[in-house]
Amino acid sequence: MTALLEVKNLTTYFHTRNGVVKAVDDVSFTVKSGETLAIVGESGSGKSVSCYSMLGLIPSPPGRIEAGEAWFDGRDLLKASQAELRQIRGSKIAMIFQDPMTSLNPYLTVGEQLIEPLIFHHKLSRAEAAEKARSLLQEVGIRDPEKTYHAWPHEFSGGMRQRVMIAMALIAEPKLLIADEPTTALDVTIQKQILELVKEIQQHRDIGVIFISHDLAVVKDLADQVVVMKTGRVVERGDAPSIFNCPDHDYTKKLLAAIPAGSKASAHDTAQMSHPLLSVNNLVTTFADRHSGDRFKAVDDISFELQRGEILGLVGESGSGKSTLGRSVLKLAQSDSGSIVFDGEEIQDLTAKAMRPYRRRMQMIFQDPYASLNPRMTIYDTLAEPLVLHDLAKGPQLNKAVLELMDDVGLARAYVRKYPHEFSGGQRQRIAIGRAIATKPELVIADEPVSALDVTIQKQILELILHLVDKHHLSMLFISHDLAVVRVLCDRVMVMKQGRVVESGLMESVWSSPQHDYTEALLKAAP
Amino acid sequence: MLNFILSRSMQSIPVIFVVITITFFLVRFAPGGPFDDEKSVEPEVKAALEAQYRLDQPLFSQYAAYLGDLAQGDLGPSFKYPGRSVNELIATGFPVTAELGLYAILIALCIGGISGVVAALKPNTAQDYVPMSLAMLGICMPTFLLGPLLILVFGIWLEWLPVSGWGDLPGDKILPSFTLGAAYAAYVARLSRGGMLEVMSQDYIRTARAKGLPERVVVLKHGLRGGMIPVVAYLGPAFAGILSGSFVIETIFQIHGLGRFYVQAAFNRDYTMILGCTVFLATLIVVFNLLSDLLAAWMNPRLRSQLGGNQ
Repeated sequence: MTALLEVKNLTTYFHTRNGVVKAVDDVSFTVKSGETLAIVGESGSGKSVSCYSMLGLIPSPPGRIEAGEAWFDGRDLLKASQAELRQIRGSKIAMIFQDPMTSLNPYLTVGEQLIEPLIFHHKLSRAEAAEKARSLLQEVGIRDPEKTYHAWPHEFSGGMRQRVMIAMALIAEPKLLIADEPTTALDVTIQKQILELVKEIQQHRDIGVIFISHDLAVVKDLADQVVVMKTGRVVERGDAPSIFNCPDHDYTKKLLAAIPAGSKASAHDTAQMSHPLLSVNNLVTTFADRHSGDRFKAVDDISFELQRGEILGLVGESGSGKSTLGRSVLKLAQSDSGSIVFDGEEIQDLTAKAMRPYRRRMQMIFQDPYASLNPRMTIYDTLAEPLVLHDLAKGPQLNKAVLELMDDVGLARAYVRKYPHEFSGGQRQRIAIGRAIATKPELVIADEPVSALDVTIQKQILELILHLVDKHHLSMLFISHDLAVVRVLCDRVMVMKQGRVVESGLMESVWSSPQHDYTEALLKAAP
Repeated sequence: MLNFILSRSMQSIPVIFVVITITFFLVRFAPGGPFDDEKSVEPEVKAALEAQYRLDQPLFSQYAAYLGDLAQGDLGPSFKYPGRSVNELIATGFPVTAELGLYAILIALCIGGISGVVAALKPNTAQDYVPMSLAMLGICMPTFLLGPLLILVFGIWLEWLPVSGWGDLPGDKILPSFTLGAAYAAYVARLSRGGMLEVMSQDYIRTARAKGLPERVVVLKHGLRGGMIPVVAYLGPAFAGILSGSFVIETIFQIHGLGRFYVQAAFNRDYTMILGCTVFLATLIVVFNLLSDLLAAWMNPRLRSQLGGNQ
């Protein structure tokens, strides 16, 4: 079979003020019709840039294609004019992107965005295009195409939007589909559905697919060929079985090892202990629905206990109420009824002022390390603030405490005067963890702390959390949508769905014999 | 949607009431009165005049009587133009001011909008720096300087355009409208540049490009809707500024609009005229702010559905 796309020695540099960044350095790969090529590597490895380069989608300046060829359909894409590339983009080569929440235009209806490629590339009338759009919406698994066609993007969940994106990419019947981390922003259950959809479409339409991901586990069932990239270069290539079964390069081995697997080494049976640090009884938290004004129960009659030194996993998909439960326990969200007993004291009815001494003892780590740190504060100020606020240290002691925190979370002391934007996502999450443990809390609630991170970084952060929980004898409520991640870390687990706990128990027994259908679905979804 | 309009309208009633009250008492505290400079007036005549206009009554009952008239839409008689009511005078002057303001805002939107978008397409190049430097100049230069300057260049040196009047000579509306609109064009340029820069870096613009749409469609269809929201939200405050700015323009260009009446009324201590103009303009400004807020909310589909406008 001849190659659909053949990329040879592609080299793309970014000429920035701080020098030349070799984003893509002498990269070659081929994709055949009906075949899926996975390009795998961590953030900044150049996997997206190599695909954007050949479609003329990199910002230029500073980006510049220095050398290479990209043969598609009998011509070299790198030598094609912008006008020629425009003819190819969306009609012969289509793309889907990572974040379906931001990749659709919020100011245009779904239908309007869907039909554009047909109108511009195939010169169809709006009515013909609309007809085709509706049937395609059906094909990507959207139940009510008529209604969806006239809806706005904000009315859909992430998974539904990604289906719309896929429909939009397929509508002009491209020969090559480039999927740039299409499931990274999604829950594992939705991820599974989208992966299956991509696979089904590829087989059904016999098109070539380039699937970009940071996670080898995701591409395992999908890829025919795998290219592993690191800092702009291809470090290993081969067919999927050989990459997964006998990886050659150390970096590939590292990526494979990063896939969360196995259980916590020293899981202790905490069910027997008698004095829990935290005990939550019949907690209910409701929100008013914007449209109808009805109260909607985000947390519906939940009770649980958390022992000292224990990590309790809380698993469920987006919208299951797990974050609201975490926030309610810390009284960051006002709950309607129930009790929260912390270290023997009822804190549910405390005023904000009476709550302050408890604040030192309970902390939170958030999902997005890019958004949860104040960009105008140095790391020193971020870490020192809780210490000063709770009057825990001052003067030279404060200095010492902050530097020790840096050691604790594995950051070089020299970085302490830098600002958040100078750090990578993983480093920022380390800072956020440092801020959370600064006051020597007893309870830490971690809300999806690794979901925004690459798998390799995720592994490091999970190890850091395990180390810190052990060292400081913390109790942790660990919120995640991914059971495999929870299994690495947690002693016990609760599975949440629509505001209720549907199953709970020791991690290993839930993992090996789930009782509830929903838990089983979550288990199957793990890549 | 209706609820939103109603609640916002209710909120604006106290605003207008406070404006009326403050203006009413402030003009009374200003030294002098409406009939003071007519030196030859006999004391009896003056007393009769004051009685006719209720000026002999205690201040508070004058205030109550004014509010009573106002509730019926009557702004009272003018003190300086005998036999004419303030309502009539506003009806004569306002169409001119409204026309001037309309042209000014159109000029501001066209020149400002286009140069802002053009600047945002190639940030930090000459295409950005030139219009943005002009915009900075436009913001810095007061109308009372720009007006005479334009008169000097286009009216006196080049003799292309008339230097005063409104609707008397062909082309005499150009200079006043442009002078008034220039500063707002500059603000609109800066806002639309900022809005477009923000929008053009969004992921959905990349999606639009990946679909192979022509750049024109990417900018005009996918970019403009989001990029213009800051401009639309600014229209309300811009309208207030243009109304008060027109007073200066009308004086420079000898235009008989509402602004001229207003300024003269202030010099003449024409109490009812000052109050009438103030109430009228305050109401207009409140209404236009409401409209621009509504329009900005309506342009965002997410807010539109919250307002219930999609039913």
